[in-house]
Amino acid sequence: MYAQLVETGAKRLKTLEEMSPEEREFQEKVDAETKIEPKNWMPEGYRKTLVRQISQHAHSEVVGMLPEGNWVTRAPTLKRKLQLMAKIQDEAGHGLYLYSAMETLGADRDEEIEKLHQGKAKYSSIFNYPTLNWADMGAVGWLVDGAAIVNQVVLQRTSYGPYSRAMVRICKEESFHQRQGYQILLDMMREGTEEQKAMVQDAINRLWWPALMMFGPHDDESPNSQQSLAWKIKRKSNDELRQMFIDQTIPQLEFLGCTAPDPDLKWNEETGHYDFGEINWQEFYDVLNGNGPCNRERINTRKKAIDEGAWVREAAVAYAKKQKQRAQEAA
Amino acid sequence: MSEWRLYEVFVRSKHGLNHKHVGSVHASDAEMAMENARDLYTRRSEGVSIWVVPSDTITASTSDEKEVLFDPSEDKIYRHASFYELPDEVGHM
Repeated sequence: MYAQLVETGAKRLKTLEEMSPEEREFQEKVDAETKIEPKNWMPEGYRKTLVRQISQHAHSEVVGMLPEGNWVTRAPTLKRKLQLMAKIQDEAGHGLYLYSAMETLGADRDEEIEKLHQGKAKYSSIFNYPTLNWADMGAVGWLVDGAAIVNQVVLQRTSYGPYSRAMVRICKEESFHQRQGYQILLDMMREGTEEQKAMVQDAINRLWWPALMMFGPHDDESPNSQQSLAWKIKRKSNDELRQMFIDQTIPQLEFLGCTAPDPDLKWNEETGHYDFGEINWQEFYDVLNGNGPCNRERINTRKKAIDEGAWVREAAVAYAKKQKQRAQEAA
Repeated sequence: MSEWRLYEVFVRSKHGLNHKHVGSVHASDAEMAMENARDLYTRRSEGVSIWVVPSDTITASTSDEKEVLFDPSEDKIYRHASFYELPDEVGHM
């Protein structure tokens, strides 16, 4: 999940009887699976929750370019370099689709980006881990984009129209990301040296648990999660999505000939799902609260990009003004 | 970027079809809006033609106007072909 902890402002769910007539009409519309559009009436909490979730999601796409950007100049072949750049360009695009969806709610893009830079807005914890070897590019595509796909496929049915449409577009592009990642690992496992194979296992060992953390905390007793589900902003709970991801990923892991760093991972004949060990939640909250291995570096890099690009944006505005003026003079 | 105008983007996916709204972009002028729209919305041959329109020039109906605008057509069922029943002998018309 690219938005792991979204505050809804709800302490508990309101019943239909407790709602104002407007709220009730809204909730009934959501229950009937009618999409909510920008000009429709919506509860303030719904609007705020969406702005938080969509901006977290957008920030994640944008910050998500950085761990991969690290390998553009180090990609082993030209083919891999082109693929990596295409993937990174997609992530930028996904960020833009999402910022656009967020703006339909009356939020300002610059303000939300400023919140990210001040550490007030979150983005997915996964991007605060370093990418140390080339196999990380494979593992990121396969596991991180894989986890994102599980989440985003479900979000295509989210109740807010512009968010849902952005998800449809993103999902269409995302499967290329996962397949190119898996293929990197497959090539290394099939044709690589012993050292290269060890790099694949090392990448999986480091990224496995952080990938599972992407789905966010357990949902029991979380009023935020319940409210988001009632508003159908979220469609499935964090734990359900995590289980789906594990169930579909383990066969792929076995095909690679690799293992997960989880001694408790095993197939459960009774439930028809994989059982797995407990996530280190202390680590999750540490990273989410700004104390992961790369948090500071990521935010500094984003700030630097915005600050050092300021003159380009100013020049573009000056140029547009000049052109407009010339056109008026000529008329 | 707030200084940059918002443009709505419409893409014709192939010849013979209508332009369809796909999203929006920020740009300092129409030319840049076109370039940004191309990079953002047609990276995988999604279109053969693009329109960019400043968002603030679009006049849209609101949900309050829904009844005024669209309800009158509800009781004009004689505007539909299915309103006119013909004998089977006439065949397909």
